[in-house]
Amino acid sequence: MRKIGIFVCHCGLNIAGTIDVQRVVEEIKKYPGVAFAADYKYMCSDPGQALIRQAIADYGLDGIVVAACSPAMHEVTFRKAARAAGVNPYLTEIANIREQISWVHQTQPEEATRKAIETIATIVEKVRYDEALVPFSLPVVKRALVIGGGIAGMTTALHIADAGYPVVLVEREAQLGGKMRQLSGLYLNFDAAPDLLETKIAAVMQHPNIQVLTNAEVVELGGYVGNFTVKISSRFQVPGYKLQVPGSEIAQSGINPQPETLQPETLQPETPQPETFTFDIGAIVVATGFDLLPKSELGEYGGGRPPDVIDGLQFERMLAEGEIRRPSDGAVPKEVVWVQCAGSRDPELHMPYCSKICCMYVAKQAMAYKQRVPDGQAYVFYIDIRSQGKGYEEFVQRAMTEYDVLYLRGKVARVFEEDGRVVVYGVDTLSGKAVEVQADLVVLATAVVPSAGARDLAQRLRVSTDEYGFFSEAHPKLRPVESLTAGIFLAGAAQFPKDIPETVAQASGAAAKVLGLFAQREMVQEPTIAFVDEELCAGCGLCVAACPYEARVMHPWKPIAVVQTALCQGCGACVVACPNKASSLRNLSTEQLLTMMEPVL
Amino acid sequence: MRVKLSAMRVRNDLVRRIEELSGQDLLACYQCGKCSAGCPAAFAMDLLPSQVIRLVQLGLVEEVLNAKTPWFCAACQTCYARCPKGVDLSRIMEAIREIALQERGDYLVIEEIPAEELAEFPQLAFIGGFRKYTA
Ligand SMILES: Cc1cc2nc3c(=O)[nH]c(=O)nc-3n(C[C@H](O)[C@H](O)[C@H](O)COP(=O)(O)OP(=O)(O)OC[C@H]3O[C@@H](n4cnc5c(N)ncnc54)[C@H](O)[C@@H]3O)c2cc1C
Ligand code: SF4
Ligand code: SF4
Ligand code: SF4
Repeated sequence: MRKIGIFVCHCGLNIAGTIDVQRVVEEIKKYPGVAFAADYKYMCSDPGQALIRQAIADYGLDGIVVAACSPAMHEVTFRKAARAAGVNPYLTEIANIREQISWVHQTQPEEATRKAIETIATIVEKVRYDEALVPFSLPVVKRALVIGGGIAGMTTALHIADAGYPVVLVEREAQLGGKMRQLSGLYLNFDAAPDLLETKIAAVMQHPNIQVLTNAEVVELGGYVGNFTVKISSRFQVPGYKLQVPGSEIAQSGINPQPETLQPETLQPETPQPETFTFDIGAIVVATGFDLLPKSELGEYGGGRPPDVIDGLQFERMLAEGEIRRPSDGAVPKEVVWVQCAGSRDPELHMPYCSKICCMYVAKQAMAYKQRVPDGQAYVFYIDIRSQGKGYEEFVQRAMTEYDVLYLRGKVARVFEEDGRVVVYGVDTLSGKAVEVQADLVVLATAVVPSAGARDLAQRLRVSTDEYGFFSEAHPKLRPVESLTAGIFLAGAAQFPKDIPETVAQASGAAAKVLGLFAQREMVQEPTIAFVDEELCAGCGLCVAACPYEARVMHPWKPIAVVQTALCQGCGACVVACPNKASSLRNLSTEQLLTMMEPVL
Repeated sequence: MRVKLSAMRVRNDLVRRIEELSGQDLLACYQCGKCSAGCPAAFAMDLLPSQVIRLVQLGLVEEVLNAKTPWFCAACQTCYARCPKGVDLSRIMEAIREIALQERGDYLVIEEIPAEELAEFPQLAFIGGFRKYTA
């Protein structure tokens, strides 16, 4: 018979203020199988843990119940302490008498004390039948998949590849580079985006550890951290393509065509058939970037109809082209208005969040415009100017002082065409004047939104997104580069609008996370999961449908269900679903549950 | 009334003259309002000092020329001492006063002011005169 020790924690007055801990100790000592019981002020403290270790040694305990706070707080602490004294960690359990008893029954000390005794007794029953378990170890496939070949994806891929691990980089466009391909000079010092990009792309293409799949998308994901299987469908391959200078495709056809309208088939007629590749992958980085809110969503700003109302990327392409000419008649615009927060910070009609990059690129664009059209007038309508970054505020101030950009505080209400010009109705709340500009060109700093298809991809990868479709990080402060799904990490604007420096920083963080995973020889997994009694399993497959984590599959040839250990979260849905009692959870068997019921009935 | 902004209006001749006379970069002012917050004469002004500069930034010089504020400005330079952007607003006020006087002629006929009132006048000229030596 197991010799069980009980350790009742006061948690200062958190527990002892309500529950009569001495009485609990006295009562529980009499319970069958209890070989030792004691209370202490703070069980999690060093002396508290020493008490547990000492009692294990003195009384030869082989089962431990700590009656204290929630297992989420200190289960690990107490299991470690018990293991140090030679007791298997899975024979140490927590009876939660704080969150579930003392805190909620503060006005009923008598009942609380009785409930505590009964609760501890149930855990004694559990420990009595607990098995000594050993965590699983799983191999790690040391190959990474990076989805999205923008600056985020390329940065991550290069870091991982430089560390010596193979990387598969999947890009759905024909070319690497992402939105940076469409940019001109970058703030703060107007370095040419194509130059920076060309170097990066060359490094990626030439890297022996990076396999680039363009015109490709992830169509299926199976497996789990360290052991994913990924299916990638590639429409066609472009071996050794050349980076197109942004704007070069605009040259023949005006400003409007988006790069997506390129006809891929005409580029690579020799391999038109889609091909599917399957890879074993250990870790995944999602770097699918962003799109801009379509102008058509912004009815008050012309709804995308006036040709001389363009978005930030269109203006970037003009800058890259070298000459600023307005789309309608090719004239050099002399009065140009930028409309900030177009669709951002607008909880009623559009996106409630700040798109973060536009204040900076608008200042840059207005300056670049003045460099090219020195006698032109640049106006910027803003609600706040957000310039948080090294040298950013100084940069925006230069736009005002050195380039005479006129900043007007107020959100534009209406943009419409009249007599060949674009009229902007705005306000300057600083002077209290409603203002109007008869502009030649209007640039809308449209909201940054997740890239098209982000939600679908998230579903395929089983990672979560926020309400807008940006990939969700595991913790907003402490785990900003991880998704909530183990082994899947995030980089760049796919998670939230970011400029290039921030994107590169996060991409480096994601690479570090992947390398941290690859540095492990094998991964450890909790053994308290489901298992199937092959003798009892009839192969009905009900559990396969019941499992919310896709951890259940049918055996490839035997008529039984099997548990994919790494996917199982130990939720017990399969146990409930199984009509034959073939399905059980380790250390929470049906028999255990029934005996645990006894003390409270 | 909606004010029509244009390159012509924003950079009109009067704006340029204010800039020239004051030697200040008008667009350096980012409208923080600190000048107004500390101006000892603000209680008597019809436009706050920072509003004066804003109107000039927008090219609405007429409004400023018609305002009382430039005349209430005591040229004490408190605003300049405190401005985070180093804008000497007192010089801008002075420039506005100069232009107002040039544009409309002297509307204070000194001879018509009774001597006892004259004795009570602020030391505007006195302080303005000082600045020649300190600038
Ligand atoms: C007008 C404008 C001007 C800007 N100017 C500057 C500037 O001067 N300085 C600065 O620092 N930043 C600037 N930025 C911001 C900059 O563009 C972003 O920081 C940067 O592009 C983010 O990189 P990314 O790799 O995260 O995303 P992206 O550049 O969007 O790249 C994402 C990539 O993933 C691919 N992809 C998407 N979905 C999938 C999928 N399902 N499967 C496979 N591939 C997929 C896309 O095709 C794309 O190639 C500007 C942005 C705009 C809009
Ligand atoms: S970055 Fe600036 S322009 Fe863009 S949404 Fe935020 S406040 Fe508005
Ligand atoms: S203190 Fe300077 S920057 Fe601030 S509003 Fe006055 S003049 Fe402008
Ligand atoms: S100089 Fe004029 S505007 Fe500036 S603080 Fe003094 S009185 Fe006010």
